[in-house]
Amino acid sequence: MEFHFDVCGEDYSLAGSASSMIKKKLNQLGLPPLIVRKTAIVMYEAEINMVIHAGGGVVDVHINPDDIRIILKDEGPGIPDIDRAMEAGYSTASDKARELGFGAGMGLPNIRKNSDDLRIESKVGEGTTVTIMVKLK
Amino acid sequence: MYKQSVQLIVDKCIGCTNCIKRCPTEAIRVQNGKALIISDRCLDCGECIRVCQSNAKIAVSDPMAIIDDFDYKIAIPAPSLYGIADSSVSTDRILTGLKHLGFDDVFEVATAAEIITKRTNEFLLNNEGNGPFISSSCPAVVRLVQVSFPSLIGQIIPFISPMELAARLAKERAGNDKGKVGVFFISPCAAKFSEIRNPHRQEKSRVDGVIGIKDIQVKLQRLIRSDMETEKLASASGVGIGWGRIDGEARALASDGVISVDGISNTISLLEELENGKINQFRFIELMACPGGCVGGPMTLVNPYVAKSRIMDRWDTAGAVVCEDCGPLQDISWTEELQASSFMKLDDDYEKAMLMMQRLDLIEKTLPGIDCGSCGAPTCHSFAEDIVRGRAVVTSCIFVLRKKIRQLTEEMIKLEDVLPYRLDKDE
Repeated sequence: MEFHFDVCGEDYSLAGSASSMIKKKLNQLGLPPLIVRKTAIVMYEAEINMVIHAGGGVVDVHINPDDIRIILKDEGPGIPDIDRAMEAGYSTASDKARELGFGAGMGLPNIRKNSDDLRIESKVGEGTTVTIMVKLK
Repeated sequence: MYKQSVQLIVDKCIGCTNCIKRCPTEAIRVQNGKALIISDRCLDCGECIRVCQSNAKIAVSDPMAIIDDFDYKIAIPAPSLYGIADSSVSTDRILTGLKHLGFDDVFEVATAAEIITKRTNEFLLNNEGNGPFISSSCPAVVRLVQVSFPSLIGQIIPFISPMELAARLAKERAGNDKGKVGVFFISPCAAKFSEIRNPHRQEKSRVDGVIGIKDIQVKLQRLIRSDMETEKLASASGVGIGWGRIDGEARALASDGVISVDGISNTISLLEELENGKINQFRFIELMACPGGCVGGPMTLVNPYVAKSRIMDRWDTAGAVVCEDCGPLQDISWTEELQASSFMKLDDDYEKAMLMMQRLDLIEKTLPGIDCGSCGAPTCHSFAEDIVRGRAVVTSCIFVLRKKIRQLTEEMIKLEDVLPYRLDKDE
């Protein structure tokens, strides 16, 4: 089953609405609370990243018999050094984002911690595609 | 199955959409012109009682006459009871008035609350770093987590409520020589009637009845104003009394890293963020379903914010000392694990649930999406869900129905058009 979301880049107050919606769907499917929680966290963090770094983008969520795959695509500035971005505490978030309590540099580390697979493809100046997988069993 | 305290007075219900639209778990449907509560989803938060313009919703409580079935009667008043009078009226006087209503003894729930404060501090210390932990004192919040946030169940502090502890201590104080002892909670809360039937412990609740503050307040205030002599009955300090309002429980801990939230929709937003892993900086989270905390319960009469300010005055005057001599240490843990309610699940079988969800999506696309509530469900989405669960038919939607009627009419006109001209006698 697939769900598609457009994530608006400028509106911080809407960030997290796609992950809330997916959380409800997963609860309706009767998935174990731990899986729901992990998916909620990874999707929320990834969505927030998209808002604060890339000015929005699109999210496609595939709920499969054995796993959940979340694919986030944006046409933002790209990530010059992915290894660096994965470090806990490292962030390039704007002052505005930091004032709002984002940009603690825990987004990607949190996603890695709560997912079973994380792939990031990025080209500077073109955009980033993040693919996250959470196993159901 | 959960048996909720909130009930409908069928004759008063006019079948409007006020309650279905405001219910935080979408637990109400209008069927055959009457609001039907789906018990498994109900939190007993009392929101529908507040919004019903026909006064058709009530929280079940016991009549005062229930105490006549017992030989020795003990009242255990919620801390929020002290909000009925300003702080120039002592808690001793309020308790004396309460006793004069026909009780042999009174025991303050505020005193039990102080013990729970103490034990909560120990709990937080022993579980440092595993939080944040959610208070279990509001029964509607505990239900909300069970029903809508099952992944947070492990973060609820598994302690019995101050009411339950007070009942136990009151019965111990009464001893064994008084005949049949009855303990009655003087309640602001819609959910307590259900709580004493499902106390999260294997043993039965020690509370024998729940009497609404609204049912005794007028008589009690008359007694307070009378020339009745005040007895020394109060023992709770400001810490316990403070529990009657939002923030009281959190402040009582005298600890850093506490947060308190009141009102059911604010509570839901906070739990949502907590589940997203966004609120991890706190040790303790106090959540109260009612505005202003327990003072805003549906079984109170005083404006919640007036009552709240009175409770705060009392906090100042009664001193903020957690009881030093709270009696022997009690086991206040739940003996039953809190179970997730499975009402959200479309089906136990994952693949079947998936098929239902696909159907739900398709149906939802044919609906107008304006959430008018005319079908009896609060939103087009919940209506579509009712259809796939076999609880509703799509023609209950007036827009779908209108479209169908138009299609039928057009077909009839077309049919009429093809009639041979000659057969029409009037022309």
